[in-house]
Amino acid sequence: MLTKRIIPCLDVRDGRVVKGMNFEGIQDVSDPVEMAAFYNGAGADELVFYDITASFEGRKLFTEILRRVAAQIFIPLTVGGGINSCADFERVLLCGADKVSVNSGAIRNPSLIGEAARKYGNQCVVLSMDVKRSNGHFEVFAKGGRQATGIDAVEWAKYGEANGAGELVLNSIDTDGVKQGFDIEMLHTVCGAVSIPVVASGGAGRMEDFTELFAKTNADAGLAASIFHFRQVEIRQLKDYLHQNGVPVRR
Amino acid sequence: MVIVDYGVGNLFSLKSSLDFLGFSCTVTSDPKEISKADKIFLPGVGAFADAIHKLSENGLDQIIRQRAADGVPLLGICLGMQMLFNKSYEYGEHAGLGLIPGDVCPIAADLSQPLKIPQMGWNSLRFRRESPLFRYIHDGDFVYYVHSYYAKNCAESIIATSDYGVEITGAVQNGNVYGTQFHPEKSGQVGLAILQAFCEL
Repeated sequence: MLTKRIIPCLDVRDGRVVKGMNFEGIQDVSDPVEMAAFYNGAGADELVFYDITASFEGRKLFTEILRRVAAQIFIPLTVGGGINSCADFERVLLCGADKVSVNSGAIRNPSLIGEAARKYGNQCVVLSMDVKRSNGHFEVFAKGGRQATGIDAVEWAKYGEANGAGELVLNSIDTDGVKQGFDIEMLHTVCGAVSIPVVASGGAGRMEDFTELFAKTNADAGLAASIFHFRQVEIRQLKDYLHQNGVPVRR
Repeated sequence: MVIVDYGVGNLFSLKSSLDFLGFSCTVTSDPKEISKADKIFLPGVGAFADAIHKLSENGLDQIIRQRAADGVPLLGICLGMQMLFNKSYEYGEHAGLGLIPGDVCPIAADLSQPLKIPQMGWNSLRFRRESPLFRYIHDGDFVYYVHSYYAKNCAESIIATSDYGVEITGAVQNGNVYGTQFHPEKSGQVGLAILQAFCEL
């Protein structure tokens, strides 16, 4: 039986993990390579690297880090941040990324989804969406959630699927950082509209939030950052808990 | 050992895995290199027709068939495994390498319940036959899959399956020709152990 996935997300800026700390036995707590190795050993099912660097120099550092991670971590790596063209896909794929997550770049240029899917295969194209409640519907936001687009989340998800996205990441701006649980209503609505795998993001604070996610929505994976980085939730413990509650997980 | 490079897919991870295990291998499209190799990896992602076209464009299909006939251990991974079969029904009907009897068909057509396509994620292996490929792993171990098509009508070569609404052909062996639908290079310790076993054949 296919298992539900637990995915830590590492936000990297200028070569360092943002919010990375509290790692026992790790000298440099903000080193993305060491954090990746830690999560690989801790039972993470995949890793997401998100490049929040603005500068060209920072981006070069990021690709170098990816290469080092990919050389020693043998679980799937998804990379996002600053993906605007097929050349950007190529850049991170050559560093060892398995999947590439596109967000604002696809809003600016929707044909990027199809172009990349034809060139690299659907399995490689992840459409990441920042979603927020607005005027009685779920709206897609751009630029890290700062800019309203007027695009309906359900329509955008369907467009992504129809044009070759192999997976969706649904990030709720309403629940992000609140740690009161995933945005069940939004996830349920958007998941129900597509038949490709969905990664839920935003709002996880406790282990119970993951059981609720998998009980009430059709999401395939739960993604979180700070609760794993700060070790408020340990992945192994979380997987034992999910297993005890009837959720299939890789242990 | 060689990893056959025919312009399809991410070869970095496979090369890194073999490096990590301490086996030296060359990523190559050179027929001479492939003719000399004592182990051959055939990776691949993307669409079947495009991949088999690229492979035969350079005559690499002939060399791989010849090497397999010579008894050289060959491991096809994901689309590379699918290409080992007689034919695929991905967007039409396309001939494969014909090294293992069987066909590659869409998972969706055989599902009795609405599961997501592609199958993406970790699934457990059920051993169906003994194989040297599994000498370091256990029945029930998890491996990472990403695929929308699977091999059928190949009962005599199936060595492991996974359950995804239908019984998915997980790994196959026909003499010295091996294939895994999952990605050993992305399956953590279990995947490394499978690659180790293949390299030691």
